[in-house]
Amino acid sequence: MSFAEVMNAYAGLDIAKAIQGCQRQDVIRALNKDRLRPEDLLALLSPAAGNMLEDLARRAAQVTLRQFGRAVQLFTPLYVSDFCVNRCLYCGFNAAQAGPRRQLSLDEVRAEAEALAATDLKQVLLLTGDARHKATLEYLEGCLGVLRGYFPSLILEIYALTTQEYVRLIAAGAEGLTIYQETYDQDRYARLHPSGPKRDYAFRLDAPERGCAAGMRWVNVSALYGLGDWRLDAFWTAMHARWLQDRYPGTEIGLSLPRMRPHAGGWQPDEPVSDRVLTQILLAQRLYLPRAGITLSTRESPTMRENLLPLGVTRLSAGVSTSVGGHGATKTGTPQFEVADNRSVAEIAAMLRGRGFQPVFKDWQPF
Amino acid sequence: MREIPEDLFEIRGKRLGSRLFLGTGKYGDDALIPDVCAASGAEVITVALRRVDPDAHTGNVMDHIPRTMRLLPNTSGARTANEAVRIARLARAMGCGDWIKIEVIADNNYLLPDGYATVRATETLAAEGFVVLPYVNADLYVARDLVSAGAAAVMPLGAPIGTNRGLQTREMIRILIEEIDLPIIVDAGLGLPSHACEAMEMGADAVLVNTAIATANDPVTMARAFGEAVRAGRLGFLAGPGAQRMRADASSPLTGFLGGDGA
Repeated sequence: MSFAEVMNAYAGLDIAKAIQGCQRQDVIRALNKDRLRPEDLLALLSPAAGNMLEDLARRAAQVTLRQFGRAVQLFTPLYVSDFCVNRCLYCGFNAAQAGPRRQLSLDEVRAEAEALAATDLKQVLLLTGDARHKATLEYLEGCLGVLRGYFPSLILEIYALTTQEYVRLIAAGAEGLTIYQETYDQDRYARLHPSGPKRDYAFRLDAPERGCAAGMRWVNVSALYGLGDWRLDAFWTAMHARWLQDRYPGTEIGLSLPRMRPHAGGWQPDEPVSDRVLTQILLAQRLYLPRAGITLSTRESPTMRENLLPLGVTRLSAGVSTSVGGHGATKTGTPQFEVADNRSVAEIAAMLRGRGFQPVFKDWQPF
Repeated sequence: MREIPEDLFEIRGKRLGSRLFLGTGKYGDDALIPDVCAASGAEVITVALRRVDPDAHTGNVMDHIPRTMRLLPNTSGARTANEAVRIARLARAMGCGDWIKIEVIADNNYLLPDGYATVRATETLAAEGFVVLPYVNADLYVARDLVSAGAAAVMPLGAPIGTNRGLQTREMIRILIEEIDLPIIVDAGLGLPSHACEAMEMGADAVLVNTAIATANDPVTMARAFGEAVRAGRLGFLAGPGAQRMRADASSPLTGFLGGDGA
């Protein structure tokens, strides 16, 4: 079964209209429940809930503290290849972008790993563009083999794979998978992805499930807010996560909160996602999915990251470069997106401690 | 004042002076742990091996655990019996001792323990000389299998981990206390000192509390409150509470006219 079937089951319902129709009492009802149903999620994403963010925030802070305590996992992305055959209109790695491309050799990966390991981070997100012929499965296995020597926890953020391919990368040392649907709106998705393998909406939609089926310990889903109607994308992201949780209880399902940032291609969202909107998405998803870890990247400013922390964020990136070769002594490629929080790992850790949170570096290792 | 007789509590021959066990997760700052230990009076503390990093330059939870505490490493994060066994062996190899709290959880939605896998891991580890304290649902059959597998205690949950809901499994725990000839340590779900007190009054041998202390506004004071609640509950159990009645006793017995003992 695919999550597409769940989406199809809602085809007769005008979700946007249902969200707009939610009233204050629907929000209050949702706030007083332990396990929220999809209609509660609609209420929390509604304009009515937008006027009650303080109530949502108080409840979300409570839920987060009880589930996760004051611990925040730190990680950093490691970009190893920016070759890409897709033409995603909003992305800095878009194949139509001019400029040199770069893929690290395994020796260069080692140099990056050494530089990163010196920051004390233990969890690394391995990133590539979508170019199977360049960043091949064998190459990724090689990268994981090198990184395994430095980091106990390795997460993939790469092009969508088949179940068997995920199985291979788990055997090579991958613990988890981050893959975003970008937008759950199929028409919008088709317009934003005019060519390349990523154009296949269904294959991408099922990728998190294939990761779970392959045995990933941890799978992270999201939309890239700003590409489509944020209320719908936030709704489907949370529904997708709950569906994965229910089908694969052994896999930890997480969420992220990426919103569009300016990038080299200059694409700008139709409906910019304001700070207030991003906060509402976080709160609604936290309340709907109390056990889901939520990641906030350096797309967000220091102020935004610090203020959102107690409301549900459990995972922060630190010491980030979004360019290939951005950590070692080697030359650097073009950034995928502009980083809004340039603080080092030590600075982020100090900020967390100063705010009463414990930075967690290591939370798992292969046993 | 009359002296209360000594109340012995032992796990595999190791005498413990406190019936409160602590955890190390969810603290805003691990540096609170020594004060929490001191305020609670606890002697045993559990630590998730998955978070231990002997090479860390960024601080290590082990650095904050007072040397006087008995370490109870746990297998948190294990999804299978084999993973739990490997974590336990690594804990011993790292010098964390022979005590191990088995947690095998393959359901992230409710974090409920897998009883079957826990029994298998217990069997393997007990045979290797570990002192095994398994975390399980309050289930009589699982508890009996754990006795046969060589467990040193049984740790039934009061409510799902981290929920602070108190003794939701009260009746099932009562059955374990009556039927199982091993220490019963109520673990998980105890959100208030009164919950811990209630478990002890029922005759539980000990309780383990983490979330309620670690996420309190003032963890050190909460640790002290739990320590006192556990002592009070234990004394209440030892004192043998009077039978409870649904109604007040009639002040003038209706059969008083009969005279004698029946009155």
